[in-house]
Amino acid sequence: MKGKKWNRGVAVAGVGISKFGAHPDETSRDLFVDAYLELMESVKANAQKRIEAFYLGNFSSDQFEKQSHLAPILASWVGLSPIPAVRVEGACASGSLALRQGALAIASGLYDVVLVGGVEKMTDLAISEVTEALATAADTQFEIPAGFTFPGFYASMATAYLSEYQADPAAFHQVTIKNHNNGALNDKAQFGQTIQSLMEIKKVRAEQKGKPIPAWKDEMEFLSDPRGNPFIAWPMGLFDCSPVSDGAAVVLLVAEALAGEFSETPIHLIGSGQASQGALAERETLSSIPSAVEAGRQAYDMAGVEPDDVDLAEVHDCFTIAEIIATEDLGFFDRGTGWQAVLDGKTARDGQCPINTSGGLKSKGHPVGASGVGQVVEIWKQLNGLAGERQISGNPRVGLTHNVGGTGQTCVVNIFEKRN
Amino acid sequence: MTEFTMKTKDFRKALHDQQLIGARCLDCGCLSVPQREICPNCLSINVEVSVLSGAGKLAAFTVIYVPSQMMAEAGYNGKNPYCVGIVELDEGPSVSAQILDLDLSQPESIKIGSKLSMTTVIRNEGDNEAVFLAFKPA
Repeated sequence: MKGKKWNRGVAVAGVGISKFGAHPDETSRDLFVDAYLELMESVKANAQKRIEAFYLGNFSSDQFEKQSHLAPILASWVGLSPIPAVRVEGACASGSLALRQGALAIASGLYDVVLVGGVEKMTDLAISEVTEALATAADTQFEIPAGFTFPGFYASMATAYLSEYQADPAAFHQVTIKNHNNGALNDKAQFGQTIQSLMEIKKVRAEQKGKPIPAWKDEMEFLSDPRGNPFIAWPMGLFDCSPVSDGAAVVLLVAEALAGEFSETPIHLIGSGQASQGALAERETLSSIPSAVEAGRQAYDMAGVEPDDVDLAEVHDCFTIAEIIATEDLGFFDRGTGWQAVLDGKTARDGQCPINTSGGLKSKGHPVGASGVGQVVEIWKQLNGLAGERQISGNPRVGLTHNVGGTGQTCVVNIFEKRN
Repeated sequence: MTEFTMKTKDFRKALHDQQLIGARCLDCGCLSVPQREICPNCLSINVEVSVLSGAGKLAAFTVIYVPSQMMAEAGYNGKNPYCVGIVELDEGPSVSAQILDLDLSQPESIKIGSKLSMTTVIRNEGDNEAVFLAFKPA
């Protein structure tokens, strides 16, 4: 697989994203339209008349909205019929899979202009029903019968990681604090609040109810207290888990040679990798996601860059342990040191390796099929200097996305570059 | 003794007989759990069902306070949590299972590497009643 290249270059010409969160009055198509209209503002006029195909990342509108076959419905709703419209499913990696399929279609020479979207509308169901729907992304013959839930899978990886490296679980809390600090600067994020402000709100509520006011001195103490941060699946607490979300994101992919016809600020997809694997129990390691290592290797090889060349990354922090493992699987930090790196602030916006400047899935929200496309939106904004208050310094040129389906049954890594 | 096949449902049938089965590749010796028709190591289809000892050690675990639907129906909840984990069998492969008979009041006291032995647990009622793989301290 070494040295695989696109047959021709692929660029992202524009992006759009809905606000992530709970949207009881909107269906997936309303959220998709929000994102699509924002995309059309970010590209030159008449782009929509040139779209030749549509790839949609969507995990399970069948379960969440009793609507399968969503791609042609969305294409029609924004006036794109009769272009080919394809729904791509890879659990929580569906969005990045759709992007990769769109890129492959352009690289093959078949199409010049492809719309890639991701959407999920999850909050119509009760939490227990959402949990059951998500569980179908695991092995329902041999994993779910054990009693596993998704927080449980990642919590198990956390215990393996803590045991193997004698790591400090405070690192999980630091991921939460960092990502909420970033999400508080993102107007599209589900939780636009820092952990500090959430903690203060809890104190005020306790006072209003005449209950004892908790004496948390800082966010770390708040997150270490099961009264503030109850365990979902030990050692993962409520604030280690990404939320249930509704949301949509879209990007316009174009053949690189045509990028200037659509945008003054394109970014280039210079590397892409994808890998698969079986159930969690079937892996040689539980403190790493081997498919992420393999997808990363493919993407770095294609792009001709090293982990040190990456200026920022959006990684799949469905749970806080997942972000720490991701930063090691992608080679940003040595094995067993990712937990220390986050405690040292290396992954903060002003750190040497900014991770999840958007707030990540943790704070921005995790509408599963949209998450991978949402990651690209953040990379596009950061590489173009358009990330506002959360913009990182130093004119970043290379950004990476890492999107995991299930516990790593699917992983997609994409690398983007800003030129000129 | 019942003869088991490589069909997925026979894994559960074996549990009914208190047996944990895998597939042994007769060409490369690789053992796969659960059992399957094709050796994932050498791709041979020259495989046979192998009954395992059921002895192993804890490789990873969690204590779950927000249960899956099946476990909620089995009576688990935030006040009555349960432990699930990955168990590395003495023969090499690992499996997912509920871990019974541990003190869940202090999850940090549960040690990775602890020796375990296979058992089974019956969940659900009526027509849905079924036997599931579980482990307990050895």
